[in-house]
Amino acid sequence: MRYAMAMDTRKCVGCGDCVVACQTENDVPIGYCRDWIVEAVQGTYPDTVQMHFKSERCNHCDNTPCVRTCPTGASHVIEGGIVKVTPNECIGCGACIVSCPYNARFVHPEGYIDKCTFCDHRVALGQDTACVAVCPTDALIFGDLDDAKSPVSIALKNNEWYVLAPEAGTKPQLYFLK
Amino acid sequence: MTEELFVSGRHIEHIDPYLNLWGGPIAIYLFLGGLAAAILIFANFFFLMGKADKYPMTAKVSTLIPPVIISFGLILLVYDLHHKLYFWQLLLNFRIESPMSWGAWTLTFIMIPAILWPLIYMRDIIDYLSERNPACRLLGLLNWIDKMANKFGIVRFFIGLAKTYQKPMAYITIVLSLILGVYTGILLSAFNARPLWNTAILGPLFLTSGVSTGAALLMWMSKNHDEKRLFSKLDLILISVEIFLIIHLFMGMKAGPLVQYDTAMLFLGGPYTSIFWVGVMGLGLVFPAILEILELNHYKIPSWLPALFILSGGLAFRYIMVYAGQFSSYNIL
Amino acid sequence: MKTTRREFIKISGMTAAGAAIAGTVLGQVQKATTAGNESAEDEHEWTRTPTYCEICFWKCAGWVYKNKEGQIKKIIGNVNDHHARGKLCPRGTGGIGSYYDEDRLKKPLIRKVNEEGKQEFVEVEWDEAIDFIAKKMKGIKKKYGPEHMALFIHGAPGKHFEHLFAAFGNENHAEPAYAQCAGPREAGFFATYGVGVGSPEPADMQNSKCIIFIGNHIGENMHNSFVQEVSLAIDNGAKIIVADPRLSTIAAKATHWLPIKPATDMALLLAWMHVLIYDNLYDKEYIDRYAFGFDQLKDHVKNFTPEWASGITTLDPELIRKSAYEMAAAAPAAVIHPGRHTTWYGDDTQRLRAIAIINALLGAWGRRGGMYIGVRKKVPKFPTIKYPHPHWSWKDITKDKYKNAAVGITNVLLDASLPDYPKEHQIKGWFIAGTSFINSIPDRKKIFKAMENQELIVVVDTMPMEMTGYADVVLPETTYLERYDYARDGKNRVAQVAFRMPATEPLYDSKPAWWIARKLGMKLGLNNYFPWRDMEEVLDWQFKQIGSSLEEMKQIGVKTVDSGEDIYLREGEDFEFNTNTGKIELYSTDFAEKGYNPLPTYTKHEEAPPGYYYFVYGRAPMHTFGRTQNNPNLNDLMDTNTVWINPKTAKLWGIENGTEIWLQNQDGIISEFSTKARVTERIRPDSVYLVHGFGHNRNLLKKAFGKGINDVPLITNIKVDPIMGGTGMRNNFVTFLLEKPILKEEVES
Repeated sequence: MRYAMAMDTRKCVGCGDCVVACQTENDVPIGYCRDWIVEAVQGTYPDTVQMHFKSERCNHCDNTPCVRTCPTGASHVIEGGIVKVTPNECIGCGACIVSCPYNARFVHPEGYIDKCTFCDHRVALGQDTACVAVCPTDALIFGDLDDAKSPVSIALKNNEWYVLAPEAGTKPQLYFLK
Repeated sequence: MTEELFVSGRHIEHIDPYLNLWGGPIAIYLFLGGLAAAILIFANFFFLMGKADKYPMTAKVSTLIPPVIISFGLILLVYDLHHKLYFWQLLLNFRIESPMSWGAWTLTFIMIPAILWPLIYMRDIIDYLSERNPACRLLGLLNWIDKMANKFGIVRFFIGLAKTYQKPMAYITIVLSLILGVYTGILLSAFNARPLWNTAILGPLFLTSGVSTGAALLMWMSKNHDEKRLFSKLDLILISVEIFLIIHLFMGMKAGPLVQYDTAMLFLGGPYTSIFWVGVMGLGLVFPAILEILELNHYKIPSWLPALFILSGGLAFRYIMVYAGQFSSYNIL
Repeated sequence: MKTTRREFIKISGMTAAGAAIAGTVLGQVQKATTAGNESAEDEHEWTRTPTYCEICFWKCAGWVYKNKEGQIKKIIGNVNDHHARGKLCPRGTGGIGSYYDEDRLKKPLIRKVNEEGKQEFVEVEWDEAIDFIAKKMKGIKKKYGPEHMALFIHGAPGKHFEHLFAAFGNENHAEPAYAQCAGPREAGFFATYGVGVGSPEPADMQNSKCIIFIGNHIGENMHNSFVQEVSLAIDNGAKIIVADPRLSTIAAKATHWLPIKPATDMALLLAWMHVLIYDNLYDKEYIDRYAFGFDQLKDHVKNFTPEWASGITTLDPELIRKSAYEMAAAAPAAVIHPGRHTTWYGDDTQRLRAIAIINALLGAWGRRGGMYIGVRKKVPKFPTIKYPHPHWSWKDITKDKYKNAAVGITNVLLDASLPDYPKEHQIKGWFIAGTSFINSIPDRKKIFKAMENQELIVVVDTMPMEMTGYADVVLPETTYLERYDYARDGKNRVAQVAFRMPATEPLYDSKPAWWIARKLGMKLGLNNYFPWRDMEEVLDWQFKQIGSSLEEMKQIGVKTVDSGEDIYLREGEDFEFNTNTGKIELYSTDFAEKGYNPLPTYTKHEEAPPGYYYFVYGRAPMHTFGRTQNNPNLNDLMDTNTVWINPKTAKLWGIENGTEIWLQNQDGIISEFSTKARVTERIRPDSVYLVHGFGHNRNLLKKAFGKGINDVPLITNIKVDPIMGGTGMRNNFVTFLLEKPILKEEVES
């Protein structure tokens, strides 16, 4: 099992629903977020200007610098490659934050390090993550890469895609369809 | 024109707009670790060379410093944790790939010889100090420590044990100190996500810089002319190596992939350029080196002057590396 | 500064009682937000209750989830609802924040003068507040007659007060949603097809092969199923054509983006008609069967070539031609979306006529992929005795001027509220519910003057919006998550009825609108109009009329009823349109009769003076109007607006990304607050863009206060649509101030 997410930049309208849905699903405190939207603009008005949105979060990498640099084992990988943090094993040193090229982690106001969990509590019940379930444009696609029939496998098979900062060597599992 | 911006209001403390999670405490912690490592290396090395009595300042008296600054460094480390009440988790786990874990354990282990070493020489240290400065306020404290150490059999037993196995202990201490010195660099270079730190040069560079600051401190503290000259010469060599490593670092980055090139440009025409080249390179390395050359050529230069510059330069170097390293990124935004 | 009778009360007389309540609720909120992840495990112990969203007008049905402690945790879209399709938009998902917002109105407030002679709000009990209003309303009734009041409403609370006012003998109600928003399209489509557009707009986008947007920034206006349909259209490979001076979100996804010069849309539309007709691209059979006035139209657009339009719109004529061919190729599965906020330049009904006409030329209306014919199951009204017949109503003061106004016009009622208005139709009291119209209706000077002439201003709201600062009485309404309302029964592809019930007891001393209306009605002696105890009784009766019940609705939330009607015209079907000719009127006989231009024509609008820029405002997907900026969840997503400026323009002014700027309009009005410039290629060099709804100046809105620039005060040049009375607001131009201006007090009577 290898969970992954694909994000269709052609359909995303940058509404931020994924961000609020995550906030209410996971009790993320106001002022913090486990996912976020980036707007990217290139070109010049009027002929070449282009814009697209990216909904970003933890990339649940195959090669996890955050887990490697964690001094206590609080950061760990669970079934399906989901990277998680155990709050009461975490000392809040921030090594994982610094080691993440995607700035996907943050210090929770209670002191431990917090991040996207791929809604493992929902995924365990066979549901989509909160952000995927709410996305009004179906721009977010979740599933198991080991299952060729999963929505994410199909999306990656049929589309061109890229990942963020591949040169960081983390083998990220958040794919952007273009 | 190209734009990349957050449009979901993301503005997380310490992370946005750029990472600044680690600050002064970590820089000081790295600085003190390097300094402690250097002092322990010199003391144990001189002991092993049989020169403990010739250079009592270095081999004996200076060893008062490492346990103090290592403790202080550990306090800073815990202070900088965000989930402080869970710090004990550090000592329940050893994670072989985590430099943070390595650091915690190295510091813990090195504390044993670092404490034992001055206890072995406590009488000599007290004599040395009272001979040169009878009014020294430290003497009262040291005498009390000496008294307490002798009061408890278990402490006496360990000191005795340490004396018996002082040579092997010295070897082990040197190894641990080297690990500590290199660790201060490795801690950062383990973070591939920060292009500035993601280089193999950082370990040797931090070790050299740490040893250089140690040598400078010993040069300053020493009252022995030969000892001073020795450290002065040594420091000149270390500074040369350090400058070489720094130039090598930036040259390598500039020739590297785009992220590394961008990172190098932070120091070669970016926000960190002036502070680095004036503060670290100029005042922290080249200027004290010139002072030392002059001194070695018998110009009258008070030895505290170059030492102070080297020490401040070493601290500034760590500050800048900590901050600039977090600033450097893969431009994912 | 001259003291006015109705000083804007910025800080109300918050007493210790209010603070104490706030304290306990704050505790709850913190507990709720720091509960950690344990919620996940015990989610099976959660309960859910149905609602439909009130954060915007789309009214998506959803479920409110509560944990076993009864705390509201999340809101999820109802899968069976055609508005939601199982999903809520960010505002609906963040609707939870409207409930937890600590700045909510907590107690009824009455404006009183304290010992120092200063006006302040004093917290009172409900009885005192209702007594006060009833006494004043009776006074107005006695002195002038019940007709001399106006009801300004928005959203669900409106229906309850409409009923109260009708019982009181008053029909003067108006919504900014008409004359400041969707009115022109209703009038324009009504004149063409004999039926308005309605909400949701029946554009059949999920089946479209080509969708055309005129300034409609779908994705930034986050109308839920509308956005979902566009996403489906993208999947289907539909072509998208967008005319907008800004590379809007949808323009960035479009096949053709037409970066049109502001205020020239009519030229583009006429040119498209020209190409469709003269290049024989239109649906001849459809026009022959259903349309009236084709020959007049053909003749009318004869000279409106793309080359002619190019000179006006700055668009490449080939692009105009190409896009017309594109839509014709897809027709009849092609649609120009009617848009929503269409009060732009004062000739808006005519522009919407042009849009309606092109849809007819494409054969889109009543066709799959064009515009479907919405169906509904109307929930009958709870029977009461007949309303008294008022001596006059909004119609008597509107219809002679704006002959095609379909409902009350806010600005007409405001005019009637001025002291120099003829006494026989002068308004002397305002009742406002669910709209802070000071932030939606332009021309503040007039509003302030009208305000001074009122003997009573009542504001019902959940939040201390700006409008409450001018009220005599402020009534704290519960949020939609804490109340019953009438069911949603509007048109859609299938007839559906959506139900809202309280998920929890109201926070603070807030009350639902139905309770307030009933209580006030009783006090006014209108008991016969409220022959029921509570909304449960009303709703149960209503639902039973449509074959359901309150019990069932609590379980299902949304009831689908088979209306037995087709949503598309059948092949070759004869269809009688509700127009004078019974046909789609390309040439409007109604307009001709009333003296309006029967065919839409291009009018040149004002151009930006040197140094000024077209002031374009719009939406962000995470906010609704000016009402959500203080919602903690939505504020977290976007807490301020920025002024979009093209890099070329920015360079001229020395403005960089992030430069703090103030805006000043052509009449010298300066924005109250500053905000940051966003230098971006996404906008024309002759225009600036600002998201509407920010720049709140009421400091009780702690999170929103002083953040961003409010566009409304900068809209002072208003062109009123002569056909339906809408206020055209896009004839304004702004320039930049880079240093803090000295603001002169703008509130003067």
